[in-house]
Amino acid sequence: MRKRRTGRPVTAVTLGRMSEFVRNQWYVAAYGREIGRELFSRTVCGESILFWRTEAGAVAAMSDRCVHRRFPLSQAPSHLVGDTVVCGYHGFTYDQGGACVAVPGQTRIPRTARLTSYPVTELDGFVWVFIGEPDNAEKTRIPRAPWLDMPGWTTVSGMEPLAARHSLLMDNLLDLSHETYLHGGYIGTPEVAETPIVTRVDEEAGVVHVSRHMADAACPPFYQKSTGITGRITRWQDIEFTPPCLYLLHSRIAPAGVLPNADGTDPDGFHVEVVYALTPETETSTHDFWAVARDFALEDQGVSDFLAENNRTVVLQDVTALNVLEQVIATEPDGYQELSINIDTGGLAARRMMAKLR
Amino acid sequence: MTARKMLQVDWVPGSDQLRGRCHCGAETIAEDPVAMWQWLLAHPNHQDHSPVREEAA
Repeated sequence: MRKRRTGRPVTAVTLGRMSEFVRNQWYVAAYGREIGRELFSRTVCGESILFWRTEAGAVAAMSDRCVHRRFPLSQAPSHLVGDTVVCGYHGFTYDQGGACVAVPGQTRIPRTARLTSYPVTELDGFVWVFIGEPDNAEKTRIPRAPWLDMPGWTTVSGMEPLAARHSLLMDNLLDLSHETYLHGGYIGTPEVAETPIVTRVDEEAGVVHVSRHMADAACPPFYQKSTGITGRITRWQDIEFTPPCLYLLHSRIAPAGVLPNADGTDPDGFHVEVVYALTPETETSTHDFWAVARDFALEDQGVSDFLAENNRTVVLQDVTALNVLEQVIATEPDGYQELSINIDTGGLAARRMMAKLR
Repeated sequence: MTARKMLQVDWVPGSDQLRGRCHCGAETIAEDPVAMWQWLLAHPNHQDHSPVREEAA
């Protein structure tokens, strides 16, 4: 007889259907600040996961379904007692590794009473969770975004729920020419769509790079108000995407013609690290984590408030557009033939890398 | 130290053309990113006379 681990979520994979999720990868599940002594639930790649912090401060991650009658453990009156979770329905109690340590009314705990637990790591302000075979977690690289938690940088961040599939957000972020049209008046200027890109694929590292260097561009309000530059600018956008989850946009802004020194120092440049984590919730919805880290005006709360509000507005413009696009895809007949042009070179590279990971 | 295996596609400034370079040093010019990636990913069997290959201006 085939054994089935009790408490393991019945996913598309276990049902034998092809899943779009890329498994055996680390995904951002939350910001560290979201996880505390309250039970917290988030669905990642179709798996409903319970997160909480032990009394020693470590993050625990396990299935958010009691093995007994699948009551969500994040749902009140489920609660923490020390370093155990007590199901609010019948009192099944689990330790931080997901093992059942108490059941109601009897001393014998069924051997199969164990929640699926997940490898979890806190890095750069994110809580990363490994989706796949736990034995593969250690040998799978977690990409870094060190600026989010580094002296000399100030960060604002948030997360918006996206009712659209991961691939739509990936397409969006890999082709920034859409800034000119969708985000005009915020981060878009004509030069973004007009400037040719360079796309590089590092097969060994599993990274797609897309660079767009604008020598003489209008300064969009996002950078005008945060840096104080009023004239034209040299604007560099260097994307570094590590599929499936972490996207970095290294953004450099300086008065037009001002370049870094030959030794690499760049005292006259303003640097912004725009970080996204693209975490599939379901096959048609995504957690859109965003963060903006800067190396200037570090103590200026006004700049922080402006960048947080402005970037959230930009993200919501994408969310609105991509939610519409998801509906279009959901209702269209099979066989729609897309058209790709030069601006899509990076997005196509990312799609191929995703396909390779599946 | 060995160089990393990079594939690179440059959108040639002032034109609609893409120039692709494989990590093996092979290069081609194309106007379609789909065809360009097909050519690059065919390594080591890059087609010298595939439809995507055109003479550089």
